[in-house]
Amino acid sequence: MFAIYKKELKNYFINMTGYIFISFMLIITGIFTTIINLMSTYPSFETVLSNITIVFLLIVPILTMRSVAEERHSKTDQLLYSLPVSVTQIVIAKFLAMVTVFLIPIAVMCCYPLILSIFGVVHFGTAYASLFGFMLLGATLIAVGMFMSSLTESQVIAAVTTFAAVFSMYMMSAIASLIPSGVMPSLIAFFVVVVIFSLAVYGLTKNATVAGITAAVGAFLLAAIYFIDSSVYDGLFVKVLNWLSVFDRFSAFSNGLLDLTCIVYYLSLIILFVFCTVQSVEKRRWA
Amino acid sequence: MRGTEIPVYAKGEFVLIEVKNLTKRYGDNLAVNNVSFTVEKGKIYGFLGPNGAGKSTTMNIITGCLAATSGTVVINGHDIFEEPVEAKKCIGYLPEQPPLYMEMTPREYLSFVAQAKGIAHSERTYQINYAMEKTQITGVQNRLIKNLSKGYRQRVGIAQAMLGAPEIIILDEPTVGLDPIQIIEIRDLIRGLAEDHTVILSSHILSEVSAVCNYVMIIAHGRLIASDTIENLSTYMVGSNILHMTVRGDLNRIRMAINTLAPRAKTVRYEENTEEKLDTYDIDIETARDEDLRELAFRTFVDEHCVILKMFTEAISLEDVFLKLTTEDDEDYKEEQEEAAYLEKENAFAPDQLSDDEDGDEEDGGDEALDEDDEDDGDDGDYTPMFS
Repeated sequence: MFAIYKKELKNYFINMTGYIFISFMLIITGIFTTIINLMSTYPSFETVLSNITIVFLLIVPILTMRSVAEERHSKTDQLLYSLPVSVTQIVIAKFLAMVTVFLIPIAVMCCYPLILSIFGVVHFGTAYASLFGFMLLGATLIAVGMFMSSLTESQVIAAVTTFAAVFSMYMMSAIASLIPSGVMPSLIAFFVVVVIFSLAVYGLTKNATVAGITAAVGAFLLAAIYFIDSSVYDGLFVKVLNWLSVFDRFSAFSNGLLDLTCIVYYLSLIILFVFCTVQSVEKRRWA
Repeated sequence: MRGTEIPVYAKGEFVLIEVKNLTKRYGDNLAVNNVSFTVEKGKIYGFLGPNGAGKSTTMNIITGCLAATSGTVVINGHDIFEEPVEAKKCIGYLPEQPPLYMEMTPREYLSFVAQAKGIAHSERTYQINYAMEKTQITGVQNRLIKNLSKGYRQRVGIAQAMLGAPEIIILDEPTVGLDPIQIIEIRDLIRGLAEDHTVILSSHILSEVSAVCNYVMIIAHGRLIASDTIENLSTYMVGSNILHMTVRGDLNRIRMAINTLAPRAKTVRYEENTEEKLDTYDIDIETARDEDLRELAFRTFVDEHCVILKMFTEAISLEDVFLKLTTEDDEDYKEEQEEAAYLEKENAFAPDQLSDDEDGDEEDGGDEALDEDDEDDGDDGDYTPMFS
């Protein structure tokens, strides 16, 4: 496992990806720090971080697009599968390598509050807590991107789908605010989700029976819950969407809160997407 | 050939790989169909079959790159699906397309693989140097793999498979896309590997398999249709002539004539000729290569008042055996497909039943007899797969 981690990490610096990622991240942070902290003499570094979360839209796809897709494209994945290493280990090694690359600019950014403290009083606690949150947010998005990369052979498609996923997470709270929060809109929205999900099942398995059963069970459950207690649906879909908005959780950190639920939330999302990646890679072996 | 030097082991001893009823299904397409075989220590095995026969799929399953639909693969006592890590330690695998990282040098690449295979640090350098020496890539060890020629890339791939001193080395089409000189070099390399490892290679070129391997498994449409040593295949099939005849006469008299000829023939097969008029039969008599039955056949059939309409002899080569086995299977396969399509119509609402029926057909087919043949050492003369 360590060998794969080392190889992955080295690979980011053999080709340009790692350098592009790090420099891009540092340039953006530098610009925002200069504008917010230095030029307007504002002491809180966390404001910078909450402003630059948008860079994830660009840099996460750069980092994650090749992770699994490239191995599959160049058929080197067969080597990894034939090694005495489990798929879980391979995926974790790849994930850790990407997080390590991501930690390099984070490490540099750790110096910024120290530098700022020369010019005035900086709250190190909130600064570093939000940096920690920033790191968790980034790691979560990297896990999402890795999962997207495991779904395809093409790096371009991986990058585009990762961008779409990160973008929709970024916009999630805005989308959620557009949806009316009554009972019926919620119910309809869930029905649409069930239909999309069963179509996805059909797309993946090409088995109409399984997809039909999925749709039927989903619709039945929705209807059953509706008849038992319709008030459950009141604004539920909006709640679910808000739950999915990964970026909103970060605002707690940048507001100076070290919220344990947020940490658990990010960690469980990371585990979920790493698990999904393992499953997606395993699925290809079973295909 | 190395095969002759190997002492005869008791059956079941030194079995490295045991594949049982392996089946792989892609949707409705059976890529590997109920394949069973064993691999014993110290031989070079050749998987022979036309493109798309299921060779790569079988190898991918054995090496754990692919999961099987059903069946078991036991490697050195470890089931590849149950204990993949242990099983994979016994195997070095070179897939059809060498899995190389183009931005690395051969040395970097090999040290990555060595580390990933869990080779102890103290042994790593020695093993890498040994593998590079054996595959003759020491001279290019510091060049980027993307700048190497196809032949060298293949060598790097083989070196990778050698690391960790696995008991089994599996090479999928190791000479595809190489020039004739490189092919010869790679073949020599494979023979060299066989000194320390058991080698399984696949190819769609017969001459290659017969040049390198001791033991051949012929695969077509996912089924193992022949499995024997090169010597046996040659003795029983190549060293033969076939006397083709078309004879007109009474069936009983023809049978009498055939009985007269039978002691000097290996196999005799006759069937009614449907194109000609009534009482016309096609007879194929397989004889040893130095045997010429033409004159005797002529006299015998004349004695029985039969008319020989056509008679010619044909020598069979290993190539013919291969073609014959694979194309014969083609016909079976088509029939089976048609039957399956028919069954599908019949059982449109019972897909499970369909697969059962298919399985049933396969068991009835000729595979079983051949599977048995690969178990006995072949030195008893009951080899009759082709014209029985």
